[in-house]
Amino acid sequence: MIEYIVTKHSYWFYIILIMMGFYGMMVKNNLMKKLIGMNIFQWSIILFYISIGAKKGATIPIIETGALVNHAVRAADYINPLPHVLMLTAIVVGVATTGIAIALLIIIYQQYGTLEEDEIIEALRK
Amino acid sequence: MARILDDIILDDIIIRTCARIMVPFIQLYSLYVLVHGHSSPGGGFQGGCIMAASFILLAVAFSINEVKRRFRENIHLIFCSLGVFIYTGTGAIALFFSGNFLDYSTLTHIVPATPVMARYYGMALIELGVQISVMAVMVSIFFDLVTKGDHVEAPDWEDD
Amino acid sequence: MNKLLALFITITAGALLVYSVEEFPAWGDPQQPASRHVSPRYIEKTVEETGVPNAVTSVLADYRGYDTMFETSVIFSAGVAVMMLLRGMKYGKNSR
Repeated sequence: MIEYIVTKHSYWFYIILIMMGFYGMMVKNNLMKKLIGMNIFQWSIILFYISIGAKKGATIPIIETGALVNHAVRAADYINPLPHVLMLTAIVVGVATTGIAIALLIIIYQQYGTLEEDEIIEALRK
Repeated sequence: MARILDDIILDDIIIRTCARIMVPFIQLYSLYVLVHGHSSPGGGFQGGCIMAASFILLAVAFSINEVKRRFRENIHLIFCSLGVFIYTGTGAIALFFSGNFLDYSTLTHIVPATPVMARYYGMALIELGVQISVMAVMVSIFFDLVTKGDHVEAPDWEDD
Repeated sequence: MNKLLALFITITAGALLVYSVEEFPAWGDPQQPASRHVSPRYIEKTVEETGVPNAVTSVLADYRGYDTMFETSVIFSAGVAVMMLLRGMKYGKNSR
């Protein structure tokens, strides 16, 4: 039990962040706040993914070359570069999604005059 | 629809002076991050975001028309697609020399280098394409969101 | 949505996720499945095959260059979509 907490407690923080973003998306009435909740959800999943690539006692994945290094490259000396690469794409896609979502919010405001969700649903029902 | 952002210039001299001093260094730093992407952390996306941040700093410290005069609309519309064109063009050049798509070792026919170093130069070229595209798209999205779609050209420089 | 219902759903989902953390590999283990199959090959061969010491850049631009090309086109189409949404609205049927 103690070993379970000591070796895996870092994952709990990411789960708390994910649940905070999820709760914000469900509960808040203002559309802009829902968008911020979705953003928190997205960035915390990116953080979790990057944290998988850590290794004990390893350094950043820039291979040392030159005259002072005379042994072969050992993969256990460098952290895993693959999650960083995949998450670069995910970050850029997140930025694009947020930009388009804010543009949609501007058009909704021009059309209905408000950004509260219940007032918009009332206006849609009429 | 009324224009919401006629030249409202802040009357705060500290912000204006600091922004004026910092912006050229930020742009130089973004080019440094792009070029040193091969041997230290960096690359195309990071450099593109830093350069877009320099334009946004100028827009926040002064008015939006100042940035529109310096980075005109026809220029940044061309840059948006020029980056994707450079990237895909490098991949298509590899097709002409009977290699796979995006196989940079076939660039030895153009550039006098060994196949290993040809991959190095191919990577530098596509990082340049990615930086141009990311920078132009971020500035374009910022302009569209701030002016709500009114794409009026900024009036030319007036002599004081 | 009702605040109590949302709180109940959030706590249930969080508890299920915390329960599944037991199956994860330990923090910083060099033998975990994410670091085993193709990633040591990228780290060991990046300098002799591409000449670039930065493993992240060589994987992003050379070994997985196809993903980066489509991601650049994704951000380009996001810029075009924002232009279409915000500038085209004056001339459509929603103009006032």
